[in-house]
Amino acid sequence: MSPLERRKFVTGVLFSSPWVIGLSVFLIYPLLAALYYSLCDYSVLLPPVFVGFDNYIELFQDQLFWKSLWNTSFFAVGSVSLGVVVALTLAILLNSKVKGLAFYRTAFFLPSLMPMVAGSILWFCMYAGQGGIINTLLAKIGITGPAWLSDPAWAKVAIIFMAVWGAGNSMVIFLAGLQDVPMSLYEASIIDGANWLQRLVNVTLPMISPVIYFNVVMGIIGGFQAFAQAMIMTSSSGAPEQSTLFYVLQLYNVGFMDLRMGYASAMAWVLFIIILGLTFMATQLSKRWVTYDR
Amino acid sequence: MGRVVDSFNAKEREHAKAEPGYRPIEVEMVVVSSIEQKLLIACAGKNPPDVAGIYSYMTPSYADKGALMDLTERARADGIERSQYVGRYYDLAVHRGKLWGLPTTPAAVALHWNKRLFREAGLDPEKPPETLEQLDDMAEKLTKWEVTLPDGQTQVRWGYLPRVPAAQKRLLQVGFLPSEPSWWTFSWGFVFGGKLIDGDKVTTASPENIRAYEWMASYSKKLGVDAVQRFRSGFGSFASAQNPFLSGQLAMEIQGVWMYNFIKKFADGMPWGAAPFPAPADHPELRGTGNAEADALVIPTGSAHPNEAWAFIRYTQKQEVMEQLCLGQRKHSPLAHVSDEFYAKHPNPYIRLFAELGASPNAWSAPKTGVWNEYGREMATAADKIANLRLTPAEALTSVQERLQVSYDRDRAIFLRRSR
Repeated sequence: MSPLERRKFVTGVLFSSPWVIGLSVFLIYPLLAALYYSLCDYSVLLPPVFVGFDNYIELFQDQLFWKSLWNTSFFAVGSVSLGVVVALTLAILLNSKVKGLAFYRTAFFLPSLMPMVAGSILWFCMYAGQGGIINTLLAKIGITGPAWLSDPAWAKVAIIFMAVWGAGNSMVIFLAGLQDVPMSLYEASIIDGANWLQRLVNVTLPMISPVIYFNVVMGIIGGFQAFAQAMIMTSSSGAPEQSTLFYVLQLYNVGFMDLRMGYASAMAWVLFIIILGLTFMATQLSKRWVTYDR
Repeated sequence: MGRVVDSFNAKEREHAKAEPGYRPIEVEMVVVSSIEQKLLIACAGKNPPDVAGIYSYMTPSYADKGALMDLTERARADGIERSQYVGRYYDLAVHRGKLWGLPTTPAAVALHWNKRLFREAGLDPEKPPETLEQLDDMAEKLTKWEVTLPDGQTQVRWGYLPRVPAAQKRLLQVGFLPSEPSWWTFSWGFVFGGKLIDGDKVTTASPENIRAYEWMASYSKKLGVDAVQRFRSGFGSFASAQNPFLSGQLAMEIQGVWMYNFIKKFADGMPWGAAPFPAPADHPELRGTGNAEADALVIPTGSAHPNEAWAFIRYTQKQEVMEQLCLGQRKHSPLAHVSDEFYAKHPNPYIRLFAELGASPNAWSAPKTGVWNEYGREMATAADKIANLRLTPAEALTSVQERLQVSYDRDRAIFLRRSR
């Protein structure tokens, strides 16, 4: 290496070092440490004792593991599918030329700025079975609303609705995607006699498919990490009847309440692999239907 | 606690002035939330506080995992003995024969009732129930519905109204609900003489416990699962004026000595009373059953100044300091000797009752096991299922017992392996 090359190399390393250090200290090290601890009996307070795959074997026999996985999958699938549909619909509506557009865009985006804790407390009050605003409104149109968060059959659904309320982020991303669709394509399709629905299916959706893909992947990742909603609105035991015992909530209970960090690390790794697998699957599927405009 | 820390620091400075060469100890108090998690992380990071105030039920689990300093010898050297305390509060931080901490502010629980609602229901407001059967009767008389008549008019009616269809009635007020507050739904067995752990055996499904949860389920049967779910989901959070007891939606509930503070803050002027929790008529000796815990001061392993930490703990255990602390928090004292002045100054009119209940043999404290948190969660779920009439008490409790025995044995095995 010539002196100049060396200097450039050092400068390059120095410039990228904040990221490299951040990645290794805050991501790679914890990831590997968790992998090691997942093979240990580790209470945090005592040095870890290696136990091989015991934690994983116990995990797959633990009914709460399966229960929390089911709850979380239900939530992720429900909130992602409903969330994408709602966000996309809103984005399409907000992409039209109506009066007061800026106001509507702000209004629909606002909820996503609400901190999760504040939002959860707000929804908790709205979901009150007796005297809550939602059931009061439902009663006005003759529907007897359920006892949302106290009824095991409705608690998860209630949390999904709340997640959809915060769809502002994906809405904005969709909106950006929609504005990227070249007008020429719409003009060409109109000349060909395509109606509104045909334009949506044949022009809009294919053109924004990478954005849909992005939102779905981010939604799945976020959905599997649901925690604060249940912790605040129901309880750490996932009441009622463990119907809101989400995966990360159970992980928190086991790790920080029961001091079984080895077991919790195993849970974390299983979750990591699940999310990795789902993302990979989405990538594979996307090859079939995502159109990149290049 | 802040005032106690200030007075300790002031005393230390005076000592230093009077005795040149003496280096005064200065305690800096840091108030944190979620002490369980924060202490855990601080200990794991080998940077714990010199002294920590924790909930007594955390002591066994932390002690078993080597996170606390054994204070047995220090206490002995300084003449601190069990006889100076209400035994129960001292024992909270005793585990496997060793002393791991000393109590500060204690808590005990009692039946709280709303005298105004008693009067409205035609009951004697000065006469709380003495047996569970009386409690059940009074609860029925204190239950109030809004009934929608066929012509669309509404009417207020009292009692359980089994013949009115669910769609036509709405709860306005309930006399008593075993699922409120949700903190102690695991504990109803104690009221019937049951235990959660006996020796090394998890005894969730004992006959006493099953009887207790049949009693719990009887309320769902009388009121209707759906009606209770709806009613409860309208309750506000504990520390608010929408707390069901403070808002007059619930006439009787089991609550702790701290309730006085919340009544004062959110429902000042509400006429209330506290009494020992009733017992089943066939077990009158169990009257006054309830939870008794305390905050405890401990020295984490790895504390940089254990001697100074101990000096501070010892200071808090002096009668006048403890009384200042407990009076400030409106609690009773964990010490055996309490001054008349303390009771005279205390604003809670029932403070002597709480002191007696905490000292009573019927008081219970969390079992000393590392799986207590898990046990509590499992019981909360079982209580949900029982109250929703999804499972019979025998089914739900047997399932908890089987799961918890496995966890208990695993926790014990880890402890034994470590002590070997």
